[in-house]
Amino acid sequence: MNTVTSGRPIEILLVEDSATDVMLAEEALAEAKVRNNLSVVKDGVEAMAFLHKEREYSEVPRPDLILLDLNMPRKDGREVLAEVKADEKLKQIPVVILTTSKAEQDVLNAYGLHANCYISKPVDFDQFANVVQAIEQFWFTIVLLPTTGTTKTRGNS
Amino acid sequence: MNAITTGRPIEILLVEDSATDVMLAEEALEFAKVRNNLSVVKDGVEAMAFLRKEREYSAVPRPDLILLDLNMPRKEGREVLAEAKADEDLKNIPVVVLTTSQAQEDVLASYELHANCYISKPVDFDQFANVVRAIDQFWFTVVTLPTDSGANGQ
Repeated sequence: MNTVTSGRPIEILLVEDSATDVMLAEEALAEAKVRNNLSVVKDGVEAMAFLHKEREYSEVPRPDLILLDLNMPRKDGREVLAEVKADEKLKQIPVVILTTSKAEQDVLNAYGLHANCYISKPVDFDQFANVVQAIEQFWFTIVLLPTTGTTKTRGNS
Repeated sequence: MNAITTGRPIEILLVEDSATDVMLAEEALEFAKVRNNLSVVKDGVEAMAFLRKEREYSAVPRPDLILLDLNMPRKEGREVLAEAKADEDLKNIPVVVLTTSQAQEDVLASYELHANCYISKPVDFDQFANVVRAIDQFWFTVVTLPTDSGANGQ
């Protein structure tokens, strides 16, 4: 009911090193009710370059929502989360942790680092698609995103 | 799929000064899929006392989720949000801002203060109930809460 009216697709950044999970998320989001544009990076180093519009990412859109895996090569999701939520320009972007980890320490740490929510990734294909649809449904039709308030549709980046 | 497994009801703290909205939330949550226990306080001063177990709140449960209005007497939601999210003991409790305000500056400021999400409260009764059910559905069956994973509140 909210973001649908802003007239541009919702920008999603998926930070995920599993090619299978990327494919599944793409499929689930392709069928989403809300028009969206999915960008994918494979680790935390690329995620930070994307968010800071460095290197080949100079023209990329600012994400409305980040889907962040925790366990990735080079720079893991915990580091990305800590950096994003400590950055004045990035901290407003909602970060949904989407990981296979169910470790209590990971859940507590993620909320302590201001993850907006923590979702443990089902191994089953259909259930994974359901979870992606539930994220889409809640964050894009129930929630007001920072970039989709009443007066402007764009962030200040 | 998550919260249901812990065997105890989900503890929700609603911080809301409108008696009508409290009643509507109570009704919607009564029909929720997940067994829950709703506590209600009417302003930010009471919310912080509840969260810190001060005064008459010494024996209250630690909330699994906070539903926070922004505009309230005495201490408003922005202050509660800032205090809760800067407190080492409280900052991992998810806070859902639920307010009539749709002002972009309120939305932005809430996310900057680390609100977990921002929802504008529909004026229509049925739509309000739908929103409460959507919160219930997403936060209690899709999301893993900090307290789901075996952590014991404090």
